[in-house]
Amino acid sequence: MDEVMSNIIEVKNVTYEYTDEENRFTAVKDLSLDIERGSFTVILGHNGSGKSTLAKMLNGLNKPTRGDVFVDGINTKAEETEIEVKRKVGMVFQNPDNQIIASIVEEDVAFGPENLGIPPLEIRRRVDNALEAVDMSDFKKSTPHHLSGGQKQRIAIAGMIAMEPECLVLDEPTAMLDPKGRAEIISTLLRLNREKGMTVVLITHYMEEAENADRVIVMNDGEIIADDKPKVIFSDVKMLKDVGLDVPQTAELLYKLKSNGFKVDTHALSIKEAAEQIIKALGTSYTDSEEK
Amino acid sequence: MLRDITFGQYYEGRSVVHKTDPRVKILLLILIIVFIFIAENAFSLGFAAVMIIITAIISRVPFGMYLKNMKAILPVLIFTGIINLFYGDGGKVLLSFWKLSVTTDGVYRAIFMAVRITMLIFVSSALTYTTTPNDLTDAIESLLSPLKFIGLKSAVHTLAMMMTIALRFIPTLIEEAEKIMNAQKARGADLENGRLKERVKALIPVLIPLLISSVRRAYELAEAMECRCYNGGEGRTRMKQMHMSARDFWALAFAISVCGGIITLNIFF
Repeated sequence: MDEVMSNIIEVKNVTYEYTDEENRFTAVKDLSLDIERGSFTVILGHNGSGKSTLAKMLNGLNKPTRGDVFVDGINTKAEETEIEVKRKVGMVFQNPDNQIIASIVEEDVAFGPENLGIPPLEIRRRVDNALEAVDMSDFKKSTPHHLSGGQKQRIAIAGMIAMEPECLVLDEPTAMLDPKGRAEIISTLLRLNREKGMTVVLITHYMEEAENADRVIVMNDGEIIADDKPKVIFSDVKMLKDVGLDVPQTAELLYKLKSNGFKVDTHALSIKEAAEQIIKALGTSYTDSEEK
Repeated sequence: MLRDITFGQYYEGRSVVHKTDPRVKILLLILIIVFIFIAENAFSLGFAAVMIIITAIISRVPFGMYLKNMKAILPVLIFTGIINLFYGDGGKVLLSFWKLSVTTDGVYRAIFMAVRITMLIFVSSALTYTTTPNDLTDAIESLLSPLKFIGLKSAVHTLAMMMTIALRFIPTLIEEAEKIMNAQKARGADLENGRLKERVKALIPVLIPLLISSVRRAYELAEAMECRCYNGGEGRTRMKQMHMSARDFWALAFAISVCGGIITLNIFF
């Protein structure tokens, strides 16, 4: 089978259960999902929706209780290909402090490639490229401890890029960052996706981070309850509220206007689009009332 | 102040001493320390002292920095000096009371010991001022690598990895400890006053959360390392390669001639 598969990750009827002596908790329930190469997917869900458990299954850190996950055609359950799977799917976690291993930025970025046994000169090249890709080249000799949260998280991303993965999975990478750090991470991810063709799976509970995604998946109670383009997802204010997510203010405003009889298109996402919709709606109702 | 502990005593610079291979520096340090104790008369010890001062000067680390380290060690210096005063077993008796007596021999011993300790501090400072902790760790790993021939391969790697992670997490944990202390103070904990026993007791509410969070960190770090394909030392390469250069051989030659000088002066005086 020589053809390149269009899906980098295939999740097939996966269930994941946490068990201890007394309790059994099903975090992910019979879930299926394909991640297309080169796509930017956002998985939304509130705490306990099973999104982190799902994330850890994408690179074999968690093995499904039932069902299978395939990365580039390799089953994550196979022990002999475990390293291969982790190399193909890079994973970034919430707390940047707990992902950085070395006290010098460039040495930390080199950690992954060093583990893969890559020759020193090639590691050097990859480290420089990775730092360039996250716009942190100026800090290669710095101590991570002196950097901001957003910068540290970019170092963690560079550490993954240096392994040259085919897909990046980020489990709430912005949860511990300030708004500036969050913006840095999101624009870095978008650039990686648009310019380098990196497949990105971003797990978050910040709705606005999904605005520029190709696809948004909403999870609740271990199941996928919505899977569509951001505009479609955001206009379904009722569903979003039902699963406990914060709706973007523009979407909420348009939703309220619409349910009160204004003719607005709730698919408008940006503030500008929303404003245009409102002006249009006001314009028509204004002319309507004038005619009377 | 405490936060910069990762850089230990490192003093940024580009001197010859800074650029010397850290492995060579460690070996030379050991060699020089041995010879400081081999030097047995004023001439050989004086010669060694001059050479060490020359090293300190070419390291281009301000002299005051070396003296700062001396200040910390001063009580030890005085203590060993006084003890040695009474250890002389020959020469003229200068002072005697109870069962103790100070002889000229004892005075010599005391001075020698004080000078030796001073030199010890100087040379080891010369190493720590000119070498980053990371380089030191790498050098130790490299120097211990012959142990793998006696079946300790993974032990050497594990030790080096532990040192790397410890260095990385010291500032993080200090910051965390400060946060917890402030949180407890905000709740009315008194960490500064009271008797020793009370103060130790007051530390428990700081240490327990610190311990718990460290364990959690360790767990998350292990997962992150797994995600970065860490699989022990087997098949691992390093980006930074240490190379011996001409400079290192000169350093070696310098140290060996110092040792030779010490032996010669020992014999002829």
